[in-house]
Amino acid sequence: MPVYHIVVCGGIVPDPLQTLEPVTSPAGPALKNEMMLPAVLDPWAAHALYEAAHLAKQAQGSKVWLVSLAPKAKLQQVMMSVAQKVPFELVAVDGPASGFTDSFEVAAALAQAIEAIPGLDRSRLLVFGGWESASRGAGTTMQMLGERLGITEQFQGVDELSIGEDESLRILERVEGGKHQVSVCHGLPALLGWATGNLPEPPNNPKIGMENMRSLMPALQRAKAVKLPSEGLAFSAVSVPSQRRETRIVKDLTAEQVAEEIAAWIRGD
Amino acid sequence: METILFLAHTEQDGSLAKPALEALAAARLLAKQAAEATLAVGLAGEDPAAAANQIGSCGAARFLGVSGAEFAVPRYATDAAAAEALVRAAGATLIVAPSTSRWARCLGGVAQRLGGRIDTHITGIAVPEGRVTVPRWYYRQRMEALLARSHRPWFLLVDPGCFDPWAGEPAQAALEPVAAPTGSRTRFIEYRAPQAGEQTIRPDAKLLFVAGAGWTKKQPDGKVHVEEAAELILTFLRKTQASLGSSKSLVDLSGEGQVVLPFLSHLNQVGQTGSTPRHPKGLATCCHGEEPHVVGWRFIHERRAVNLDPNCGWAQGKADVLYVADAFAVLRKLNELL
Repeated sequence: MPVYHIVVCGGIVPDPLQTLEPVTSPAGPALKNEMMLPAVLDPWAAHALYEAAHLAKQAQGSKVWLVSLAPKAKLQQVMMSVAQKVPFELVAVDGPASGFTDSFEVAAALAQAIEAIPGLDRSRLLVFGGWESASRGAGTTMQMLGERLGITEQFQGVDELSIGEDESLRILERVEGGKHQVSVCHGLPALLGWATGNLPEPPNNPKIGMENMRSLMPALQRAKAVKLPSEGLAFSAVSVPSQRRETRIVKDLTAEQVAEEIAAWIRGD
Repeated sequence: METILFLAHTEQDGSLAKPALEALAAARLLAKQAAEATLAVGLAGEDPAAAANQIGSCGAARFLGVSGAEFAVPRYATDAAAAEALVRAAGATLIVAPSTSRWARCLGGVAQRLGGRIDTHITGIAVPEGRVTVPRWYYRQRMEALLARSHRPWFLLVDPGCFDPWAGEPAQAALEPVAAPTGSRTRFIEYRAPQAGEQTIRPDAKLLFVAGAGWTKKQPDGKVHVEEAAELILTFLRKTQASLGSSKSLVDLSGEGQVVLPFLSHLNQVGQTGSTPRHPKGLATCCHGEEPHVVGWRFIHERRAVNLDPNCGWAQGKADVLYVADAFAVLRKLNELL
């Protein structure tokens, strides 16, 4: 198995169970009490991290970096749990994690951070990330980042990566109609925007946590602050549409009666 | 003055699919509403002539085409090269494209190459007071924003199902050939259908049927009935031609040691880390209606659920009707009625 230098890009997002409310800030739209909301590593980026760690474990000598753009204090909180999952070295960039920032500017900040990683071998480089974030959800940051790094072999919605005997990458990407597209890529570098992948969330491992913590705090202290002014982007409205329905709860019908009612509804009677 | 480019790729049979025709309708609407705008068509594929003729009467001033066997298959490097060449040749300031997996994979990179900006999952287009404005959703369909950009070129990827497809007559189009580089280290192999061999995801279906994790949990007799659940669900899908969704990711289920219905793939998952499909009706079964799943129901208009728990998430204003009943018994009877 060849050696890989795997850079995983992953931001943080509000915990999916939180209620979100938009507010207007001097910098544009934001979330109410954004800094107070519990945050998690972006779900698809988290899958990318687990896949990266799995690949690095198989390929002896490989290394994983996690590059994250988020407010430093918030990132530190999230890393307390993420760091216990898999081994990685954090590269922190101190900036907004908001979904209302521009992917063009985020990609620029991430590319700058990656280019500054000491000892990164670009000829062995795999760039991983989530194919869409749970905040902006545009699915464009990774592509722009890849272009900035000169990577033109890119894959999005990846559910599976396997390494061939000739070291080729065999990749399954999600496409329309519940199908996967199978492609083979020869040579590195390559960029993979992961969907769910095939690996469950690893259990917490205190030993890994201790090892990660050695580099984690210095990385947070070194984090460079970036501004994302979203130039040329103007939001005229951000709102939460009312989605509450008047639910009719039907408790006292038999299964037959329920089936008849649903059948009529499906038929449009 | 805007130069609007409708950007599309051909399908395997050389035609334009429905999402492309929807994006064409969006591009035409934009050209009509924006002052002094011109509309051009950019097509990529092995031989896009037939596709150009398919939309020959759409009113575009120019038809540009990148052609060749290399552009027949979906692949970042060649698709990005084709799109870049078409945008440059058209001198486009606004690029409207369908949100297909092929364009979604590469147009962000193309925007970067051209120093442009991109917004995806666009659900509408308007030009109030001469300013192009688009709505899109943030935070997994939890909030909707209206936004405009002064930067050009600006790429707009239109989500399927948001516009009526353009339905004009075919006409002969004068296709201008555009050259694009072809190199890539990636080889397209094939499209792979679900392992069970049964197509369960039908984007155009009138009904979404969600099978929750409860189908594979212990039933009142203390046993798991996965085979019966699978048979009931597949029979229902065959009879209704509904699209199948799942409430939780397969990796989460298998990670928790749960049995998984054999025909479910990653792609069935609806919600926070899954899809947000568009169907007129949705029926959830054995699913608790928790928020990370229900965010994927944003575009399901009529919602009904069958669950044994009268206090589940669906009862909290997330469904129109919640039937407190045993989904096994209901579906058994439903399959007889349909």
